[in-house]
Amino acid sequence: MDRFLQLTITGLSNGMIYALVALGFVIIYKSSDVINFAQGDLLLFGAYLAFAFVAQFGLHWTLGVVLTLVAAVVAGVIIESIVLRPLIGEPVISMIMVTIGLSSVLRAIVNAIWGPRPQSFPAFIPTQDVYIGPAVVGADRLIAIGIALAFLVAFTLFFRFTREGIAMRAIADDQQAALSMGISIKRIFALAWGIAAAAAAVGGIILANIVGVSGDISVLGLRVFPVVILGGLDSIPGAIIGGAIIGLLEAYTGGYIGQGLNLIVPFVVLVLVLMVRPYGLFGKEIIERV
Amino acid sequence: MNAQAPLLAVNNIEVIYNEVILVLKGLSLEVQAGQIVALLGANGAGKTTTLKAISGLLKPEDGKVTDGSIEFMGEPIHRLDAEEIVRRGIFQVMEGRRVFEHLSVEENLLAGAYTRRDRHAIPQDIERVYTYFPRLKELRRRRAGYLSGGEQQMLAIGRALMARPRLMLLDEPSLGLAPLLVKEIFDIIRRINAQEGTTVLLVEQNARLALRVADYGYIMENGRIVLEGTPEVLQDNPDVKEFYLGLTEVGKRKSYREVKHYKRRKRWLS
Ligand SMILES: Nc1ncnc2c1ncn2[C@@H]1O[C@H](COP(=O)(O)OP(=O)(O)OP(=O)(O)O)[C@@H](O)[C@H]1O
Ligand SMILES: [Mg+2]
Repeated sequence: MDRFLQLTITGLSNGMIYALVALGFVIIYKSSDVINFAQGDLLLFGAYLAFAFVAQFGLHWTLGVVLTLVAAVVAGVIIESIVLRPLIGEPVISMIMVTIGLSSVLRAIVNAIWGPRPQSFPAFIPTQDVYIGPAVVGADRLIAIGIALAFLVAFTLFFRFTREGIAMRAIADDQQAALSMGISIKRIFALAWGIAAAAAAVGGIILANIVGVSGDISVLGLRVFPVVILGGLDSIPGAIIGGAIIGLLEAYTGGYIGQGLNLIVPFVVLVLVLMVRPYGLFGKEIIERV
Repeated sequence: MNAQAPLLAVNNIEVIYNEVILVLKGLSLEVQAGQIVALLGANGAGKTTTLKAISGLLKPEDGKVTDGSIEFMGEPIHRLDAEEIVRRGIFQVMEGRRVFEHLSVEENLLAGAYTRRDRHAIPQDIERVYTYFPRLKELRRRRAGYLSGGEQQMLAIGRALMARPRLMLLDEPSLGLAPLLVKEIFDIIRRINAQEGTTVLLVEQNARLALRVADYGYIMENGRIVLEGTPEVLQDNPDVKEFYLGLTEVGKRKSYREVKHYKRRKRWLS
């Protein structure tokens, strides 16, 4: 039982990090139909930004985190405006190709600045053991779940209730009609990239606290694909629940069946789910009135 | 009658799609403040294109105003982005309603208020929309995609009201609606015009209905205005009677597609 609890906490904390990265992916896909292959690299980039601010410049972690988020938003907006905006109106496939290129560029930048060697991160999330009944879990894992959930809730509320959130969903429904409301497509796309980069950066910071920084963590970012395909490419709740499911599946298969298999089982489940629900668990329903 | 400057003046515009398809060929029209002006014409005449040229919505369709000018409140607007045109007070209700299907009724209304600066006044404006369309109040939490066609048209007009436009461009609000509902929608358009002081440029296939509410009308064919006048004048015109109101001299209904149609049309254009 204690093992189960441990695996659950580990799985959920990873899952919530996936969910943050997936959320960014979903926002971009929802508003502009672009499949962002660089989403995992935004997580990597965010983690290294935090590393730079906290470890290299020696700033207090609160300031470091704030600066990382600000820098991530700025980077997202810049990427949108110089890399993607010129392609608005071109076939979506060109934009998708560009994000593949962007992925390599981001990785190269990180490599050039910080080098390929893994580095330890001055973790500011407490790591001591916490006892839940008979089980021992790391406090960092619990806190990671808490932080990620808080951000996910904040983003969800943003979409539900704010003017820009409603504009984003309106664009997702009907771009030309949104334009006729005076909604600026450029502004909303830039915002989508800013939010996507910020969400990925939060995931990157949490992950860096747990495992340090290295080029390998962008591999975790790649987990975004099974997550969003499972949850539905355009569903925010889907990103959160898909993240949790993939995280838990990995932890349970790794813990009960064997390391190595944990990388495969989520994909097997993914295929099974898609056979039943091709748009993912929460994919957008096509409204048909009869 | 044109003593004061018009609210909207379209001067001799030419619109080209995809750099080659010439759709508007020197179209001019004026809309006086406070009026309801009808723009009538057969399928493909270029009515929707005219509205999109005014509201700046041609760009995403690769259309361009290549000649002439459009002035709103004395200022040229034909080079502005759609967002800026909405901010200046022109709001287009697009053909086919185009509600945001996955948003609730109330969220659709909020989307209409996107450019509003006086955010605090928005809740009371939502209530105001509900006084015109009480049905929408009952449906406020419903997803717009599940509304009936008539309810969606009401929502599309209500959403436009939320922007508090000076000029509302309505593209075929009667499309696909039952006659009773069409009458209701047109009554409300008239009320909005009277109570809010909103000027309306109304595109319609249903000429009879449009001329009933309009103060002035234009008839277009093939990318140009071929006839204009007050509803009384237009209704008395034998060509209009025949082709748009479907009446012959003796008052019988006549098929829209008769051969003569094309002969007469030529006469207008020469
Ligand atoms: N995006 C576009 N690209 C190319 N041609 C277009 C485009 N939109 C409209 N057209 C053409 O321009 C002409 C006028 O179209 P428009 O939609 O303005 O007519 P309309 O008067 O609104 O017709 P309807 O009553 O059928 O709505 C048509 O011949 C149409 O094929
Ligand atoms: Mg039309």
